[in-house]
Amino acid sequence: MSGSPKADSRPLSPHLQVWRFHATMLASITHRFTGMGLYGGTLLIAIWLVALAGGPEMYALVESIAFSIPGQILLFLWAFAVLFHFANGIRHLIWDGPGLGFSPKVASQVSIFNYAFALVGAIALMAAAILS
Amino acid sequence: MSDSQYVTPTKITRGLGASKTGTSHHIRQRVSALALLVLVPWFLFSVMKAALGGYADALAWVSAPLNATLLILTAGAACYHMRLGMQAVIEDYIGKPATRAALLILNTFFTAGIFAAVMMSVLSIWTGR
Repeated sequence: MSGSPKADSRPLSPHLQVWRFHATMLASITHRFTGMGLYGGTLLIAIWLVALAGGPEMYALVESIAFSIPGQILLFLWAFAVLFHFANGIRHLIWDGPGLGFSPKVASQVSIFNYAFALVGAIALMAAAILS
Repeated sequence: MSDSQYVTPTKITRGLGASKTGTSHHIRQRVSALALLVLVPWFLFSVMKAALGGYADALAWVSAPLNATLLILTAGAACYHMRLGMQAVIEDYIGKPATRAALLILNTFFTAGIFAAVMMSVLSIWTGR
């Protein structure tokens, strides 16, 4: 250890408040938030599978929670999170691989598309589930 | 450590540079993303039908060898991707070394635990035990 670990005075990246609000910035924040949300979502999917292996009574309990109103809201949020993170993740891969889509105009348009895709997709999935 | 007159400039700067492991972290995150690019759409469409059909349908879905295989692959890629992602979040926001180390270790244990739970559930359903 070289003295206090907090004594590090290397340059920092610009703080949040110096950025003008724009769609790409919001998409970046949303990507991180949905990623963190999906971390918890995977735990719930694991619980569903453990209950399935645990037998009919355990499964019935998990099923009743999942299909309750709070459960349905959670499922909708999960669907939105997974679709947004998926679409925006493809954008990240295109940024890193072919290196396309960096111009501010395209980056903004793609950001807005990703929100629309996730919202419409989540509504479609929930509608398909309710109607089936 | 209190006698700073004996600490050389090299000693002061040591440990303050890049960790030299960022590139491999970046590549691993992308490779697991490529796997999920295929596995997540399969999971979404496949799990919906299975989950809406009740206990018997869900059990039949996991019992099919192809579904069981893809489920384990999805859980593996997702847990690995999650671990890398949460690691970046912890490293970005948690400055206190002890808390950061504790959370990084917890992150690894948590994601490994989820993967083990999914794999054991799938295998026990698949073998019918």
